[in-house]
This record gives sequence, structure tokens and C-alpha cells, in this order.
Amino acid sequence: MSDTVTWRGWLLDPAPASRGQARLGRWYRSWRAFRRNGLAMTGLIVVLALVLMAVAAPLIADPTAATLQVLTSRLQPASSAHWFGTDELGRDIFARIVFGARTTLTIVALVSIIVVPAGLAIGLPAGYFGGWVDVVLMRITDIFLSFPRLVLALAFAAALGPGIENAVIAISLTTWPPYARLARAETLTRRHAEFIEAAELQGASHLRIIVTQIVPLCLPSVIIRLTLDMAGIILTAAGLGFLGLGAQPPAPEWGAMVSSGRQVLLDQWWVSTIPGIAIFVTSVGFNLLGDGLRDVADSRSA
Amino acid sequence: MITLEHVTVSYGTGAKRIRAVSDVSFRVSAGEAFGLVGESGSGKSTVLRAVAGLIPHALGRIVLDGREMQVRRPKATRKMVQMVFQDPYGSLHPNQTVDQTLTMPVAIHKLGNTDRRVSAALQEVGLGREHRYRYPHQLSGGQRQRVAIARALILEPRILLLDEPTSALDVSVQAEILNLLARLRRDHGLTALMVSHDLAVIAHLCERIAVMSHGEVIEITTADALASGNVAHPYTRQLLRSNRGFDRSGAAIVDASS
Amino acid sequence: MTQSPIPLLSVRNLRVVYPGEEGDFVAVRKISFTLGRERLGIVGESGSGKSTTGRAIMGLVAAPGRVEADEMRLGEVDLLRLDERGFRRLRGKRVAMILQDPKYSLDPVMSVGYQIAETHRCHFGSSPLAARAATLEMLSAVYIRDPERVYELYPHQVSGGMGQRVMIAMMLIAGPDLLIADEPTSALDVTVQHQVLAIMDDLVRSRGMGLILISHNLHLVSAFCDRVLVMYAGHVVETCNASELAAARHPYTRGLLASLPELGRRRAELPQLQRDPAWAADAS
Repeated sequence: MSDTVTWRGWLLDPAPASRGQARLGRWYRSWRAFRRNGLAMTGLIVVLALVLMAVAAPLIADPTAATLQVLTSRLQPASSAHWFGTDELGRDIFARIVFGARTTLTIVALVSIIVVPAGLAIGLPAGYFGGWVDVVLMRITDIFLSFPRLVLALAFAAALGPGIENAVIAISLTTWPPYARLARAETLTRRHAEFIEAAELQGASHLRIIVTQIVPLCLPSVIIRLTLDMAGIILTAAGLGFLGLGAQPPAPEWGAMVSSGRQVLLDQWWVSTIPGIAIFVTSVGFNLLGDGLRDVADSRSA
Repeated sequence: MITLEHVTVSYGTGAKRIRAVSDVSFRVSAGEAFGLVGESGSGKSTVLRAVAGLIPHALGRIVLDGREMQVRRPKATRKMVQMVFQDPYGSLHPNQTVDQTLTMPVAIHKLGNTDRRVSAALQEVGLGREHRYRYPHQLSGGQRQRVAIARALILEPRILLLDEPTSALDVSVQAEILNLLARLRRDHGLTALMVSHDLAVIAHLCERIAVMSHGEVIEITTADALASGNVAHPYTRQLLRSNRGFDRSGAAIVDASS
Repeated sequence: MTQSPIPLLSVRNLRVVYPGEEGDFVAVRKISFTLGRERLGIVGESGSGKSTTGRAIMGLVAAPGRVEADEMRLGEVDLLRLDERGFRRLRGKRVAMILQDPKYSLDPVMSVGYQIAETHRCHFGSSPLAARAATLEMLSAVYIRDPERVYELYPHQVSGGMGQRVMIAMMLIAGPDLLIADEPTSALDVTVQHQVLAIMDDLVRSRGMGLILISHNLHLVSAFCDRVLVMYAGHVVETCNASELAAARHPYTRGLLASLPELGRRRAELPQLQRDPAWAADAS
């Protein structure tokens, strides 16, 4: 107990003695604000559970059961042997859900690390330099934005061929535009702030200003936008899976699972519905997390 | 030290071109404190920013320490002129500690001895080690302005520009900051160019003062002349009258038409 | 200044508390004052509680802030017993507030005339035509030369001083008894400041209203008001007639007055205010 008190005291120290302490102290205060929000915590727990499930998948379910076709036990309802029943090829749905989490998370993670830097790289210079740089970059963004996301993803996936990597590329290509817009908007707001002027006055190069001054200001809203977008990304991946692009059989993927259960939806509802519920819960979890993050960010900037 | 000759600054292009500053000329000797006073829209802040090199001047010459300043300034000249901004909160990056804010200029110019320089700068403006790793929102207005002053001085400039340095501060803090600025100016032999709308504040720090209105210099006078009311231009006289305070008996209300 | 038998505003032991996770913050600590048909200035720096006092009177202290007092009356109305509906009926009609920057206090998507007329319709249920007529009359009362033209302007098209005149018109059109002005001229140039104050002076005098002027500017308040309250850290540290401010007794007031730079009195160093923690301490 006394250890906690000392740690907390150190983190909340009003006179931090090092950069690290100051930064950790800031994180800790934000965490405390976040913790107070029940819904946000729920979202966080859901997301953490998902990550845990994906990482510890082999410990939770039998890996072979996810792809093992036992045609004699097709379309079985939930039982002690198969907690969520079996699908149309006799595969254990529970195992497929658990391993499908890996697929979903992989797609989400890969899309995130592509989209955020890409959005920043296009939106920041557009907002910072203005002029023809802005015009060119934003018109490119507009072109990508003018297509409905799923249709464009579909076109790219169809052109690139099936497979998870191509699905990731297709989704990324259609998801980045709003982040560029957001980065540009944030940059425009701060562009003429006095601390930017002060940095210019000190002789900071454009690159230094963009990286050290503007990126830290844009990052929170971009990340929050990303968490709120997760639901959309998951659904797009599911959509692609539903249409046969993206993850290919026999690899488990929630969208593909929903699709394959279409024929038997009325009688063996669990084949489509259970992966559907998984998609739903995950999306809501990310949404709540994103909302919570945004509330914390708003209160910090207020 | 500072010479402006027929400086004009305009914004916008074509039909919407506005002249924020028209044909302004004055000289400031080394070690002198020169004030620019006027109401909002008079162009005084624009002149300051043109001297700082933050905005380009369309016509005329700006000469600092014998060197004529072009629109694009090389990094080395940046060390010569620094500025303290009006809003103590807006001039500090909200996500950077005091330490980071002070370290950046040292890093940009590769001066070395970072830790010693930062500590010395903080000490000079009356802040202590407990302030070094705080974020701006954890500091009071006066403390933030001290950080801004420390940042301006850490590059050891010869010219210090002051843009209404105390108007966003509480009255009781104003005196501290004005005293600090006066002392630092004396200790470092700085040449100061200060902008304010408050005649009393300007006359406190500056010896010579230029009165501006609508982008032009109306009159260049001294603090003593202002104090004794010995001024030439009627606009300056009007400014002095307003500064004297609200007069309940005699205020003639002027109709406004926007 | 004759005082009516029932004071226009009477406040006794007003306390405003904002509960927080790291302890309660007491913005106003048991202050008391009365106001007749006169001008009262409340002077203080940021954090002194002066703005919070004004808001408490208007019922604008947002939850979780709490307003407590032994007594808080506007004429015969007990402000402590009012709920939000009660306050809404009061605001505009009996007590009005002018804020600092018309850029932020005027609705940017409506013309200024429309906003003023809306206030009139809201309080009197008047027809659009009658409201417009009343608005034009009010705009003339604040010395706007061509009210018909200004009626159609949007807030971003009017200058700061004009915007404040519009605010004054909007706040006074329903004929309140008390006007609370919170830093009404701080965002304006000096010459414009005096114009706006002169207009307020004229209207308050001709309508027999009471005025509370909240400001950080000691000299302004002492020149404009009849009486002055000086606040520090939620306490009232000084009460005096405006004309006697130079002879103030409390060390905070004296320190503040001494630390102001004065044209004509060149000092090498301005005396700095030394804060005594005793000033902020609660009496009880």
C-alpha cells in the first residue's frame, strides 16, 4: 500500500524533476480522468479482452478445430463439445471466433499504422505550406474521398486479388483521406499560433516546426478519430470477407463467416449471427474507447 | 541599432490590398528603449513583426545592427532579434515542458552546454528548479511570461522586441514583469522596441515613443513630453486625454456609424 | 444618491463553492453588500471571485458549483429560492448582464437587429413589427446614428465599440432594474471605452437603474462608480466611496495602487505587491 502512495505522489508531484517524470505525470492524470468514465472503461476492457483473446488464442481454443472439417457434425447447435456450435463444414465456431480475432486485429493494426502516418504526411504539409501544395494535396485527397469507401475497397481488392495483405492495402487506400483532412484542419488552426511564430523567430526549420510543434498537436485528434473509425474498418474488412475478398478459406475471418452462414440463416441462425455479434461487440468497444479518449482530450484542452 | 526607412507592409493582393503600415521611418540607438503606441489597427504590432522578420515588408529598408534585413533571414541573424509575445499562454507550446521550450532554441543553434544555459536562463527570470519540468497550464500567467522572456534571452540577442508583454497579465503581476524587463535590459545592454496601447506602461520603460495611427507614424516624442502634455499632434493630445481616465461630467457621446 | 427603502440588491454572506476531485474550490467567501439605485464597482484580479459574484446574482453558476447565502434578494424577490425557470423570467426583465467581448456574446449567424428584437419578443410577446420598432428606438438610445442600417448588420461586420452598444441595447430593451457589466470595456480601445461608458452612464442615470461594474481596472472603476468593493481571493478586502479610493486602507488596495505605472511619475522600479496570506484566510 505504501508503495502505491509513493508512486502516485511521485507522478502527481507539482514540481517534477525530469522530463520523464513530467510526461508520466501527465499520462497518469489523463488516465485518472479516463478511469472515471464508466462507458470508456467498458470499451477499454472489451478491446483489451479482444487483444488478449487474439494473443492467447491457442490457449483458449484448439487451433485445429478452427479449420478441421468434420462433415458428419455440420450445423450443430451449441453443445458442450462445441460451445458455439458448428458451421456448414463442421468446423467449431468458437475456435473460429477466437482465431478470427487474430485476423481482425491484424487487419486493424496494419491499417492503423499505414493510415495515420499517411494522413499526417499529406494533411500536415497541406495545412502548413498552403498555396499550391495545399491545392494539389487536397485535390488528391478529394479524389479518393469521392468514392464510397466500400466500393473503392472492393475495386482495389478485386484488382489486387484476394488475401489479407491486399485487403489491408485496399482498406488503407480508402481510409486515409479523412485523416489528411483532419490533420490539415488542425494544422490550419495552429499555423499562426504565437508559439509557432516564436519557433520561426528562433530559426527553426519547417521540418523541425512540423515534427516537434505541430505533430504533437494533431496526434490526439487523429488517434481518437482512428478509434472511432475502427468500427468502420472492421466492417469494411468484414464486408470484403463477406464478398470473398480478404481472408481466404479455410482461414477464419468474421466477415467471411457471416457470409458463409447466409444460406442457413433461418434454421441454423448461429452460424451467421455469432460472428455478427463478435463484430458488433468489437465495434462498440472501440467506439466507447474512442469516445472516452475524446472526452479526456477535450477536458485537457479546455 | 534599428533603422526603419520608409517601410510599408501590405496584406492581400489586388483590389483587397490593405496597407497595414505606410511609410514608417525611425531610428533606435543601441541600448535605447523605443516605444510604439497606438490603438488597435494602428499598425504597431505589424511594424514589430516586420522588424522580427515574421512578415515581409513590401517597401523600404529595415537595417539591424548595420545589416540590411531581407525578407528571408539566414539562421544566424535570428540570434540577433528575439520577441516576447502578448499572450503568455499562446506563446508557449501547450504540450512542451518549460525545459523543452528553452532547450529548442539552444538545439537549433547548436550552442551546447544546454543544461547550464537553461538553468541560468530560469534563474535570471526568477524561476526555480521546481518550474523547469512543468507544463504551461501548471504555471500562472506571470510565470508563463517569465518563461517567454527566458526563451527570448537564451539566445543572447542584442535586440528585444516586446509585443504588449503585460496586457494579458493581472495588474499586480504587471509591475513584477515590468521591473524584470527593465532590469534585464540594463544588465544585458539590450536595445528594446516595445509596443503597447497603454501610455503609462510605455512611458515607464521607454525613453522615446512613436505614436501610430492607421499605419502611419503621427509623431515621435519622449516620455517626459508625454508626461508634461507637451505634444504637437492633436491625435496624441486626444490619446493623452483618454489615458487620463473617464470623465463623468464632460464626456460627449459621439454617434457611431460603424 | 437617495436609496430606496428596500435596497435594489441585498447580499449577505454569499459563498460560492466548486467541488472538485482534489478538494473544494471556494470562489467567493461569504461576502455581503447592498446596492441601491447607484453604481457599485467590484474590482479584483483574476481569481478574486468578482465575476463569480456577478454570475451568482444572475443564477449562472453552473452545477456542480453551489451558491449559498444567508440572504440574496433582488428587491422583494428571493434569489436563493429561484429555480432555473424563475431565473429565466428574471433575466432581461429585472436584471441584465453585459459581457466582455461582443464577438463572443452575440450570435454570429443572426443580424444584430434580429437578436435585439428577439429579446423584446421574448419578454413582451410583441409582434415582429412592434419588436422592430422598439429595437430601432433602442439603437438610437445608444447613440447609433443610422439604426436601420445597423439593424441588418451581422456581428462580424460591426466594430468592438459598436458591438458593445448593441449588447447594451439588447440587455436594456426589456427595462431591467439592475445592470451587471462584467469587464464591458476591457476588449476595447481607450477612446472607445470612454464612449461606451458614457452611454452606460447616460442610460443608467436616465432609467434610474442600479449598476454593478466588474473590472480589474481600479482607476476606471473609481472614476465611473459611486462606491467600490475590492475583492481578493474571494473576500471583500475594502469597501469605500469611489472618490476616497486613494485613501484606501487595506494593504492589498494600497499595494495595487502603488504598483501601477503612472504617466508623469517615472520610477526606476515599480513597488511590487507583497501578498500576505492572511488576506486570503477565512475569518471564521
